[in-house]
Amino acid sequence: MKNNYDVIVVGGGPSASMCAIEIAKSGYSVCILEKDRDIGMPVRCGEAIGYTGLNQFFKPKDSWIASTLNSVKLVAPNGKGVDVDFQTETGYILNRRVFDYDLSRIAVENGAEVFTKSYVTGVLKENDYIVGVKVNYMGEITNITSKLVIGADGIESRVGRWSGIKTLVKMKDMESCVQYSVANINVDINQMVMYVGSKYAPGGYLWIFPKGEGFANIGIGISGKFSKQKSAKKYLDEFVNSNYPGVSKLTTVCGGVPCPKPLKEPIGNGIMLIGDAAHQINPMTGGGIASGMKGGQIAGQVAVLAFEQSNFSKEFLKIYPSRMFKSFGKTHDRFYRIKESINQLDDNDLNYIADKVSLTPINKRSLSSIFKHAVYKKPSLIIDVLKVFAGV
Amino acid sequence: MIDIIENKCDFCGTCITVCPVDCIEVTESNITIDDATCIDCNLCVYICPIEVLKTTNEK
Repeated sequence: MKNNYDVIVVGGGPSASMCAIEIAKSGYSVCILEKDRDIGMPVRCGEAIGYTGLNQFFKPKDSWIASTLNSVKLVAPNGKGVDVDFQTETGYILNRRVFDYDLSRIAVENGAEVFTKSYVTGVLKENDYIVGVKVNYMGEITNITSKLVIGADGIESRVGRWSGIKTLVKMKDMESCVQYSVANINVDINQMVMYVGSKYAPGGYLWIFPKGEGFANIGIGISGKFSKQKSAKKYLDEFVNSNYPGVSKLTTVCGGVPCPKPLKEPIGNGIMLIGDAAHQINPMTGGGIASGMKGGQIAGQVAVLAFEQSNFSKEFLKIYPSRMFKSFGKTHDRFYRIKESINQLDDNDLNYIADKVSLTPINKRSLSSIFKHAVYKKPSLIIDVLKVFAGV
Repeated sequence: MIDIIENKCDFCGTCITVCPVDCIEVTESNITIDDATCIDCNLCVYICPIEVLKTTNEK
């Protein structure tokens, strides 16, 4: 580990690697500091990503893909399931422990350096600029200086807090999550299942994502608005005990998914935040792999521009959020408003929508047809739904 | 005061995201709460997915 890099990336997830790839391939020195002992572990993620979400960056390797999805079953509070085929866009369930590690290898192949067991304990400031970090690497505390620090440190977003960026998440926008990776489960390996409504997962959903024959991620996210009364784990255990009593739990992870709008200004003098740290997550689905990667890639490209202009001021770095909002941020804002409206639907409304959609022949069903029925129950949804599906 | 149930924490950091006074520190295998800064709002207790944190009665 050197004591100076052009850029320091704090965190070793997919957005960190994407960012480092952009910087390293332009010839600037960059290091990735990961607090855990390994990149890609523990996996705190449902591991779902859309086809375009992944393929816009890389042609997926077989080892990354646990399952390929072609449909979703949405289960209403009354237990009624509605199958919806993915007509235009398929999806994947990833093996993130392989995927994340491979991305860091690509970053290293491009010239980045990766250090695990590197726990960053603070940022270095000089003349109102962030100029490096203080890191505990294998028990030794050192200062590393840089022109730019990238906070890719996940939901905690401590680098952002130290730098004066407001990253606090409101309780109602924080999803409290638990997931079991299970074996000996009988699932359709090409279908994801989502349970909605206050009985299963108030202010969120419960998921079964297949991970190959006999394996699946079963997880839940509930809104912090409801987690005081009953914890996410209690909801999930009740579900698993009554629906899948015979499964073997291979791993248990918990975590949080911030589902507010993306941070408007994930930047400061000498600092940019990316991925979960910048709330670059689809607030409706909680999916954040592709958007985090995109955020990292854009920030990496803007970092290169900053070096070309020798300008690391907050004012200059505004190019990053501006490009990010054009790419996916505006859409996430709309998904946030849709989520807010959907959260006002009660279990009866959801049952009504499921009944209506199930009357549509399966080859005519689509996610937009579900929203059509939801709009009937909640007319205020209409503008945002139209905009999201029309892509404007 | 917030009590941490030993050996139960998964170190996911969810509590940190909602802490308004930034008094929680989570490393790869350790969690600490700075009692002097903590304002007993209990948000961390409510958001924890696996009920690691508990409110203590003595204040």
